[in-house]
Amino acid sequence: MSPLRRRLLFGVPLALVSAGGAAMYTLLERMRTDQYDPHAFPSPLLGKPVPAFSLPGAGGLPGFASTDLAAPPRPVLVNWFSSWCAVCPQEAPQLAALARQGVPVWGIDYEDTPAALAQFLSTNGTPYARIGDDKSGLTAINWGVYGVPETFMIDKTGIVRWHFAGALTDDLVTVQLQPLLERYA
Amino acid sequence: MIPELGHFALALAVAIAGAQAVIGLFGPLLRDPRALTAAPLLAISQFAAAACAFGALVWAGVVSDFTVENIANFSSAEVPLFYRISGVWGNHDGSILLWCLILSLCGLAVAVAGGNLPATLRARVLGVLGLVSAGFLLFTLTVSNPFTRIWPPPQDGQGMNPILQDPGLAFHPPVLYIGYVGFSVAFAFAIAALLEGRVDAAFGRWVRPWALVSWCFLTSGIALGSWWSYYTLGWGGYWFWDPVENASLLPWLTGTALLHCAIVVEKREALKAWTVLFAIATFSLSLTGTFLVRSGILNSVHSFAASPDQGLFILALLGITIGGSLLLFAIRAPALTASGIYAPLSRESALVLNNVFLGASTAVVFTGTLYPPILNLFTGIQLSVGAPFFNQTVIPLSVPIILTMGAGPLLAWKRASLAPVVQRLALAGAVALVVLLAMTADTNLITALGLAGGAWVILSALTDLALRAGLGRVAPTAALGRLVALPRAQIGAALGHIGFGVTVVGIAGMTLASQSVVVLSPGQSAQIGGYSWKLDAITAAPGPNYNQHIATISVDGLVLHPARRFFSAQGVITSDAAIHTNGFLDLYAVFAGEPNGNAELRLSVHPLAPEIWLGGLIMALGGFFSLSDRRLRLGAPSRRIV
Repeated sequence: MSPLRRRLLFGVPLALVSAGGAAMYTLLERMRTDQYDPHAFPSPLLGKPVPAFSLPGAGGLPGFASTDLAAPPRPVLVNWFSSWCAVCPQEAPQLAALARQGVPVWGIDYEDTPAALAQFLSTNGTPYARIGDDKSGLTAINWGVYGVPETFMIDKTGIVRWHFAGALTDDLVTVQLQPLLERYA
Repeated sequence: MIPELGHFALALAVAIAGAQAVIGLFGPLLRDPRALTAAPLLAISQFAAAACAFGALVWAGVVSDFTVENIANFSSAEVPLFYRISGVWGNHDGSILLWCLILSLCGLAVAVAGGNLPATLRARVLGVLGLVSAGFLLFTLTVSNPFTRIWPPPQDGQGMNPILQDPGLAFHPPVLYIGYVGFSVAFAFAIAALLEGRVDAAFGRWVRPWALVSWCFLTSGIALGSWWSYYTLGWGGYWFWDPVENASLLPWLTGTALLHCAIVVEKREALKAWTVLFAIATFSLSLTGTFLVRSGILNSVHSFAASPDQGLFILALLGITIGGSLLLFAIRAPALTASGIYAPLSRESALVLNNVFLGASTAVVFTGTLYPPILNLFTGIQLSVGAPFFNQTVIPLSVPIILTMGAGPLLAWKRASLAPVVQRLALAGAVALVVLLAMTADTNLITALGLAGGAWVILSALTDLALRAGLGRVAPTAALGRLVALPRAQIGAALGHIGFGVTVVGIAGMTLASQSVVVLSPGQSAQIGGYSWKLDAITAAPGPNYNQHIATISVDGLVLHPARRFFSAQGVITSDAAIHTNGFLDLYAVFAGEPNGNAELRLSVHPLAPEIWLGGLIMALGGFFSLSDRRLRLGAPSRRIV
């Protein structure tokens, strides 16, 4: 082996580790900006229409059905929440801001009672244009929702384009949601 | 007050470690003897400071000082004293402090036991250790401070995760950490040797005992963790290819390779660059494991809270440590040339094969572990890599390792001939072949391969010992006398191989496990794995900080008591598995639930399961026995090279 080739060979570990380090750095940066969540598992609904359902209204607002999401005039956010959910109030400002922008935010109240819901809405405000009442939790099972809050974005053709499990954050809204809302507007 | 003293001691340790790094690394250039004697003194003081810091945190845990956030979050007044102590390292910040304490302990060990090392080498080794220490102590002090106070303090702590309240898990982290961190010494030796530009037989002799101690602890730590998950998690499995388990397996694989190629450096002055690279790789993988767990990049059941900011800090530390050492390797290592030459069939070649296949296994496990995040980086697809991938890749790679392992110790150095070795190992080979053929007919190929491979490794190691003792050539009593008089390193090496063989047999046996979930009401029974299991009763019994329901199950005259524990403070239910073992077979019962007053039971029969951990124990004991070899004993005269 020529001395130069020997030198290059001995540099291979350094080159590999540098590439690995750069990859790790990028991943960490993406985690910091909420673009990458190692614990997230994609919703099976992504790229598909929502399963058939019809939920009655709650909290004085009209309910909705899968037919209402088949071809909405603009992309709709469907936000699963519940009054007993400790994390849900954290995303109230983000949902309110989205509603102010004119994004239709529809809620689905998961395994809840009317009295507790009224209390929750008076404390945290109502960003929702409609609220469906999933008292039995059956619709949640069909959607693959495994906890609240979860948020889905459905485009104008009724296809689920985005999903997030957990409370929305400002970073998440600016980095992930807004570009998609504009793209599918 | 005590936590503040601990905080101060931690800051002091950072400063001392920094001084140790600078003086240790640059002292040898000054040609001033004071600089060379300062490094060991600084290493001793650094340990004292780190021990004070750790002691202060343990004290806060023992007296349940809930003004310390760390204690308030992970302990409570009702937790028993033993777990108030072990709980200190059961959480993120505390475990990093333990990590630092062990690192400074390594420095202390080199300072105290390295008296017969050349003074410049010792100073450089301590300098490298000081540099790593300074980085991680600074990390603890700045972004992971375990002494943070809260005010007002809560009435009671939030309690300890019930799953961690177990003796196995109290000892698992310290033992594993000694293994991980201990490899820092081999790493420091490799860097110091590169700085000095000299890797010779003496280097092999110095680095090997340090690597061996760490390897023994790492082996024990992995075995303890695996055993713990077997008997407490109630899943009845012993290895899940979870990213954090893989993170401990990776340094074990390269550490094993390091142990083997350091022999070649010591005996034959060859494989120098390999040895240095494995020493760097082993500690780097230990560090990377810590990083992957802390940063939360990997999705794992070992859920310390993910924190990308701390991840960035550790990544920077890794960049300096690993990048710096590999840069040094790229510059200096090409000049390392082997003086010993060897034929393709020789002990050296067998050890090269060992290195190649252990290295390949490392690459495979590493790839499988990091594939999900890397794939996500380039494509955005999210997936997980599980046991099928690892089983399909690691099993084929272990076949040549097992084959080489049996024959290697019998090959001569430099140039060996095959015929006598084949002749000597004929018996071991024949037995393995019979096992293979008999078991293939009876079960599946993987199980048969495992059992035959295990038998091959065990028998050939025993053959090796018997031949060395002269069994067959001299009278049996004389042979026994010669066996006892063999160098302990040889007996230790054979024990290490036997232990590995025993573990392989255990793993193969576990593939034959039979398991079933049944719902029984008291008085009913079920047939599982050829045994009749009868539920006698369900009784309630209180524990120190939990209530429990115990099922009494009789199996062919034996009685098992699996329990469900309700920890009211956390609202958590844990399953305490009941295991009856006869040393070669486990009867394993888990009390999974109580639908309508009946007992839902997971009952299984695990053939050869105990051998998995018994093998780990034998491996570690073999290592420790080898360490007691006269040649390595402290204070033994050694060639001084200054």
